[in-house]
Amino acid sequence: MSPLSARKGIFMLLGLLVALGGFYAGAMAFTGAKPVLLWTDALVYVLVVAIVGFVLYARSREHLRDPWRQVFRRRLGLASLVVLLAYVFIGLLDSVHFRTAVDTGEGERPAAYAGEVLSVLDLVLTPLRESSEKTYSAPFATHSFAKETVEYPDGSRARIYPRLRHGGAHLADPEREHAADILAKLAWGSLLGLIIWVLLVLPLVAWLARRWRMSWNVALGRIFRGRCDIPWWVVLLTLAVLCLLLGLALVLAPHYHVFGTDKVGEDVFYQSLKSIRTGLVIGTLTTLIMLPFAVLLGISAGYFRGWVDDVIQYLYTTLNSIPGVLLIAAAVLMLQVYMANHPELFETDAQRADLRLFFLCVILGITSWTGLCRMLRGEALKLREVDYVQAATAFGVRHGRIIGRHIQPNVMHIVLISVVLDFSGLVLAEAVLSYVGVGVDPTMYSWGNLINGARLEMAREPMVWWSLLAAFVFMFVLVLAANLFADAVRDAFDPRLRKQ
Amino acid sequence: MLAYIVRRLLYAVPILIGVNLLTFLLFFVVNTPDDMARMQLGMKRVSEEAITNWKQERGYDKPVIYNAEAEGVERFTETIFFQHSVRLFVFDFGRSDSGRDIGHDIAERMWPSLAIALPTFVIGILVNITFALLMVFFRATYVDLWGVVLCVILMSISGLFYIIGGQYLVGKVLHLVPISGYDDGINAIKFVILPVLIGVISGIGSGTRWYRTIFLEESGKDYVRTARAKGLSELQVLFRHVLRNALIPILTGAVVVLPLLFMGSLIMESFFGIPGLGSYTIDAINGQDFAIVRAMVFLGSVLYILGLLLTDISYTLVDPRIRLQ
Repeated sequence: MSPLSARKGIFMLLGLLVALGGFYAGAMAFTGAKPVLLWTDALVYVLVVAIVGFVLYARSREHLRDPWRQVFRRRLGLASLVVLLAYVFIGLLDSVHFRTAVDTGEGERPAAYAGEVLSVLDLVLTPLRESSEKTYSAPFATHSFAKETVEYPDGSRARIYPRLRHGGAHLADPEREHAADILAKLAWGSLLGLIIWVLLVLPLVAWLARRWRMSWNVALGRIFRGRCDIPWWVVLLTLAVLCLLLGLALVLAPHYHVFGTDKVGEDVFYQSLKSIRTGLVIGTLTTLIMLPFAVLLGISAGYFRGWVDDVIQYLYTTLNSIPGVLLIAAAVLMLQVYMANHPELFETDAQRADLRLFFLCVILGITSWTGLCRMLRGEALKLREVDYVQAATAFGVRHGRIIGRHIQPNVMHIVLISVVLDFSGLVLAEAVLSYVGVGVDPTMYSWGNLINGARLEMAREPMVWWSLLAAFVFMFVLVLAANLFADAVRDAFDPRLRKQ
Repeated sequence: MLAYIVRRLLYAVPILIGVNLLTFLLFFVVNTPDDMARMQLGMKRVSEEAITNWKQERGYDKPVIYNAEAEGVERFTETIFFQHSVRLFVFDFGRSDSGRDIGHDIAERMWPSLAIALPTFVIGILVNITFALLMVFFRATYVDLWGVVLCVILMSISGLFYIIGGQYLVGKVLHLVPISGYDDGINAIKFVILPVLIGVISGIGSGTRWYRTIFLEESGKDYVRTARAKGLSELQVLFRHVLRNALIPILTGAVVVLPLLFMGSLIMESFFGIPGLGSYTIDAINGQDFAIVRAMVFLGSVLYILGLLLTDISYTLVDPRIRLQ
């Protein structure tokens, strides 16, 4: 790819961003909603732009393209990438926030906005969000989990399991129709999933066929026999599974609580979907925030040595010697005090919760940059003795330029590997921290809060297990995909492993 | 050797001062004692008197760093910094915000923590090394491949689920041992078994994988090839050569965390209701007892630095090539 087409790509990207922004602003103006830019939203956008920019940059450089091609050649790596992208898609939908207008009844344009901050994902999931019950109900249940005293019109009272307001409300006689209805919906959902899959796959196959200059038949045959460089059939298969799940969810979720409801009757499926953004934000923004420090300090320590090295080493040894959980706990406690004393800093609850999430990322970043910094220092120590760096020094090239041209590009594989490896650990850490009480805001949807809420009901008989199941499934899939993807990336980028 | 240890101990002093300054900044400068008092007493309409009282009871009513009203040395000793931060250096933890003696509490709660953490740690290492050796013995076969896949799957499950699942299965369905609680002396065993078991299982995934990498790296070296070439059986190669040489990286990982075992595990102890230092910390966090959290941060870093020192010393014991000077 020539530099010219790289520039074309950047212009296309900018155009796309402007178009998206314009569409968003138009939609806001049309509905009278007020866009809300949360701190983490802004950083998520920055991250997305950075990643797209990196992709465009890497496309034209063979030494960067080659390891990535190796990642895509791995079947597990590719499958996990598709799953990760699905999570990212949901997370991005959940990162566009606004406040809807409240009709003040004065006829003029409404000036007041709802206190609740919604996201595009909330709009999509409106049926789920609004179908709340009174309290616990099991997955696919039509009746409440707890008995209630009901008064009949004739004055008599009885303790029964009342019907749910939304779960299976369309059934006239749940005892008889329940199983048949679910089976029918399963079938419809599968069919819908299949249709979505075909609609998604058609453009992909068309694109591939055009690229290979083949007819559709030949291209399809090539894909399914695995005769191409990248195992595209893995992508199609993973997409099929995801589409099947999507179809089932589309058909079942409006009529049943697929994962039941929680203590206050909120749909658990909705909560788990909302938790995706929290998990992704913690996993990615933490590294984004700490990366500049780790790279800058690590390289300078190794390159300049002397007192710079001493100061930086002292800094990270000190930070490292405090056990991570305790430092996080102490910092979050102080943050709580600070926020309690400065309520004027945030307009809405969501903004407060978001600020806490942001600071949690910062704090996690502070505790987790030391490992990367130490590795980079070691690598820079080695690199500064390499011939080409010595030559550059002898020619009188300035330090900044040597670091930028010779050292930094040669340590980037370490940075990339550690970023990808850290991700899954951070997602898991969020759950533990929320459990300890120093994680995200209790009002925020997160898997940790979901588990924490369900834990209190463990002793109940029969047990309330569905919140745990939902959190388990969603977390497990994300973390497993991240781990597998990280393995593929490490194998492709680590020069020691590549030789073998 | 002795000179080395003394020098390392001296090197630890500036780090501990750094930790101390950091916690001091975090606890007294980011938020003033007034803020903390207001938080503890409830936010709405707290009278000035109540705040002053609260601060006086806990000794937070003094100036932060420099006391202009006092005489001589007391200008520096009659301050929050000296009373609450400098004293940590001699392990004088003072009183918690609820009035209990922290040093006494720590000494008492250390043992239950250790009763869980030490067996978990030792059994965990043995189990992981066994599995890793098995996988290396069967390397490049399906046993190895599926072993790695299983490890990644085990790694991807949150620790919370191991605990919840284990409690449910062993405690509630099978009724083998009590779900939570603790007892002194020999009676503690029935309370200890389940946490240890779960701790070991939850660590298998990452641990086995880590040791497998170490063993594989070692078994690719020249001396291993020589050992095979001279006709040693695969088992002999593994145990006499690979395992013994791989002990060095294993020790680095293991000895560092050894002193930290005293601190216990936050999650484990709070789930199983064990009165150790982990649950002590959690209670302090939930009760917003700043004095205890401060003490635990300091204690944790002291133990970590001790772990680093022990690691260096253990190197000389297992690797004759390394001499400390």
